[in-house]
This record gives sequence, structure tokens and C-alpha cells, in this order.
Amino acid sequence: MSEITQTGQEAPPEPDFVAAGHAHAPRRTDVDPRAARRAERQVVTLFALAALCMVLALVSYVVIPVDAGINLPLAGPVGALNVALGLTFGLGILCIGLGVIHWARKLMPGTEVVAQRHEMRSSQEDRAAAVAAFERGLADSGFAQRPIIRRTLILALLLLPLPLVIMLRDLYTAPAGAPSPAEQLSMTIWEPGMRVVSDVASRPIKPEDVPVGGLVAANPENLHEVEEATGNLNARAKAAIILVRMRPDEIVSEQSRQLGFEGILAYSKICTHVGCPIALYEQRTHHLLCPCHQSTFDLADEGRVVFGPAARSMPQLPITVDEEGFLVARSDFQEPVGPSFWERG
Amino acid sequence: MLLLLGALAVVATIYALVQTSTEARAAGAPASETQVEQGKALYLEGCASCHGLNAEGTSVAPSLVGAGAASVHFQVSTGRMPLAQPTVQVKRKEPTYNEEQTAQLAAYIATLGAGPASPTPEQLDTTNADLARGGELFRTNCAQCHNFAGKGAALTRGKFAPTLMNSTPQQVYEAMLTGPQSMPVFGDGTLTVQDKQDILKYVDHLQAQTQPGGFALGSFGPVTEGALLFTLAVALMAGAAVWIGAKVR
Repeated sequence: MSEITQTGQEAPPEPDFVAAGHAHAPRRTDVDPRAARRAERQVVTLFALAALCMVLALVSYVVIPVDAGINLPLAGPVGALNVALGLTFGLGILCIGLGVIHWARKLMPGTEVVAQRHEMRSSQEDRAAAVAAFERGLADSGFAQRPIIRRTLILALLLLPLPLVIMLRDLYTAPAGAPSPAEQLSMTIWEPGMRVVSDVASRPIKPEDVPVGGLVAANPENLHEVEEATGNLNARAKAAIILVRMRPDEIVSEQSRQLGFEGILAYSKICTHVGCPIALYEQRTHHLLCPCHQSTFDLADEGRVVFGPAARSMPQLPITVDEEGFLVARSDFQEPVGPSFWERG
Repeated sequence: MLLLLGALAVVATIYALVQTSTEARAAGAPASETQVEQGKALYLEGCASCHGLNAEGTSVAPSLVGAGAASVHFQVSTGRMPLAQPTVQVKRKEPTYNEEQTAQLAAYIATLGAGPASPTPEQLDTTNADLARGGELFRTNCAQCHNFAGKGAALTRGKFAPTLMNSTPQQVYEAMLTGPQSMPVFGDGTLTVQDKQDILKYVDHLQAQTQPGGFALGSFGPVTEGALLFTLAVALMAGAAVWIGAKVR
């Protein structure tokens, strides 16, 4: 407490540490020089062991080939280099830690002390000096005496954010004719007549290729072109679908039946909860399970949520066949795919 | 009864004669009349009580007409059938029938109606398969349920996708063809024979793979690893804290 007292005299500074209120019970190493020497030897042994481990780690890194295997009990066949590096380096770090703690416990001063907390407030002179400096700046600048300067400065500062806001808005305005970013949230690259192709192989699919109980991971045919052109994977993240086929009498919802083709239903692959790609389809229950948070969708009934945190049904892609008999989209999804966003609940 | 047996024998003979190459069994040889006869005998003894005397299905078991040899071989060779008791998930167990008896059962069921046949040795041949493409196909079509390492994972309401570590290539192929239990069917139209061979090669690779770091913990990822680390690391750190803070004598 370095406050100025009534008499103008400063109080003596408080010590940082004071002795604890109880007597210190001496350790064996405090009273017995032999015990102290033994503790010293133990610490030195630990540090020397750590040094040895580091050298061994270096040696094993140089000596053991990367692909050498070793059969450990419990763990089975593992890489010998990993085991050697892990054991030597890990043991080395452990020995350093053990040595330091042992040193502190046995040999460093063991007397208990209390660390005092001091007042955080600045001294009276410092506070007065700060106020004086501010007031002198105020007077020198003439901020209070020249209102016209003050007002124009306030005006300029008020207008400062406007160019930033306008530019930010233009960042979000699409070129003429193209969908705005807000609209892009609600659309994918599916369009009328776009062929459905299987994922990985990119083969167009005929209805007879999809057996009852079948599951096909699929994409729009132009996905690769779009990815080439735009250089990112956004289209894939939104347009991926799964095709499932069930007997037409198993489809509960008339709307689902209408959007499908002869029992083949196309659903978005992106969970409506937080957007995990999902294809855990149980063909007997027609349930689609998201492994992230266990949202479960009934694909026989418009992709309705039957369990879990998802708030919206799985969007269904309307499909039909083209004149060559391949499955195509009738249109884009009729609702946004993927997780909910601010303009949707 | 004699008449019935006679008719059956005629049907079986015709079947054996007209059997196409795609319906050939894994052994490659066409089902003989005696094989079908023995298969029927085995069927009546071990399967008919649930699936019906003519495999027409009952209230507790589906019809096997059109199930095909692939389905029979998969279910019987993995020990799932005959079933000890109905449960949510039928688990793999020691098979009740040997390979010969399984082939006989498959031959009999195949005579009841057209269904997916077991893969031929040529279809199971992975010498020209592409391992990397197999991995891509596996991650696209299989990993969502069977886990990226093929170790299996949970489905809904107590069901689960089993591990692939004990499956033979023929069983994996048959599972893709027939879609047992909750598994969807991956027909040859969208997952061609070549695609399936690539996947077989990848599954084989997964089965042979060793763990460079040891302790895969079921390859389940963060759950088992986190649980182990939490229990082990917290115990170790608690022990260290007690040691550091203990009174020194």
C-alpha cells in the first residue's frame, strides 16, 4: 500500500513474501547431509538417463529402417521405428520431468511462505499526472474552443463506415443475370434434363440398373465441368444425391412417389441438420441415418425426420428418364439443400 | 409323394441343363440332380420349420423363392442361417453346414426361382483390380456403414453394420449382390463386376493391413481413442499431481 498518508509520508512498502503462520517441519534432506547427497545423486541419475535416452532416440532414428516391423504382446505387429522413437524420446522427457520435480521437492528450499497481494490502484501522483496531461492536451488542441473543427471531424468520422458498407454490399451483388449469393443458397447445379451419374465411376444410370432395395451414390453429370471451371468443391457439397429404390407400394407419401420414377427416389445426400454427407440407408426400414448426430429420415415418406436434431425433411430431387432411357432431373431441388440458414428456421 | 419327387427330379434336371453361365456356382460346376436332392433334404430338415415346406415363407421368415444361390451361400456360410432365435440383428457365427452342404442348399433354393447366383471364380479374381479405385469406391459406397477401415459401426435401434475383417471375398461379393438384412443392394448396373473386384481388393488390403502405431482400438476414431486417453491420461495426471503436492519428509 503505497498511498500517501495524512502526514505526506509514504508508508513502507509491503514485503512480497512473508513467513507462513506455522513452523516449518524440516525434511530429512534439510538435516541429514547424507540424505541430501543421495537425493542429489538421484536427480543426476535421472538427468543422465534422459540424456542417454535422447542419444538412443537419435541412434534408433538413424539405425532402424522405416519399414522394419516388430511383434509386441497386446499391440500386435507394429512399426519398430515408431516403438523405438516413442520409448526413448518419451522416457527421456519423462526423466527430465521427474528429475526436476524430485530436485524441487528434496533439495530446493522447502520453507512455506505466503505471497502477498498488493493494491492494483496507481499511486496518487501517477493518477494526478495522467489527468493533468489529458487536460493540457484538451486545452492545447482547442477542441472545446473551435466548435467548427469539432463538428466537421465528427461528420467525417460518421461518414467513414459508409464506403465500407457500400463496398461490402457490392461484394454481395452478383453480375447481371447471375443469381445473387442469397439466391445461390437455395439452388444447386441440378437443372431440368441433367443426367444422374454414379459417383466415382460417373456412369449414367438406367432405371433397371437400380434394383429394389438398392442404393446408388450419384452426382449431376456436369459436376466435373463445374468443378474445373470454378476450381472449388462447393457444387459437389450441395449437389450430391443418393438414389434408392423401393417397391412402389412401400412408398408411403404420394408426393414422394410423384417425384420419383418407378419406385426410384432421389434424395439430397446432405443432412439438413449441420450438413454431414449421409448414405447410411437401411433398405428394410427405408431409414437414412446421419452418423454425426443420429438424425434419421424416412425416405419412403418425403424424407421426414423420424429421430434426431434435424429440423427439416431431406429434400427430394424430382427425376424422370430422357429419350435414351437414362435417369435425369426434372428440375432443381424444390427447397434449399443442406443445413438451415438464417432466413430459414 | 413319388409323383412329387419325380416332378422335382424333372425340374431339377431341366434346371441343370438350362443353367446359364452367370448362374454358375462358385465351384464352377453346374448343380447336379443329386446336389439339388440333397439340398432339398437338408432344407426340409434345417430350414423348413421357419421358411415353410416349399420355401414359401411364413409369418416368422421370408419366402426364399427367388432368393438365389448368392443369398443362401452368404447367409449359411457366415453362420447367420439357420437362425437360433429371431433378434434385431442376426450375427455372424460358426456355420452349421460345411461348404458342400451349403452348395447343396444353394442349388436347391436356386431351382425355386431366378435370383442372384453366387459369383464365379472369374468374378472373384482380383489380379487386374485397381486398389486405389477400390478404396474410392469403398469410401463412397461402403464406408458410411462399415467404417473407413471396414470394422463395422452402429445403425439405428440396435442394428449394426458388421465388421468385414472375417468376410471372404465371396461373402463380400454376395452381400453386395443380395443386400442382406439392413444392407442395400449394389447391383451390377451401378457397381459393375470390375467395380466390385476393385472393392474386393481393397477389403483384402484392409484385412491384411497392420497398425504402424499399434492399438487401433477398433479403428472407431475419436470415441475409443478419447475414452482411453481420458481414463489413462487423467489417472496418470491425477497420480502426478498427488505426488508433486505430497508432503516431503
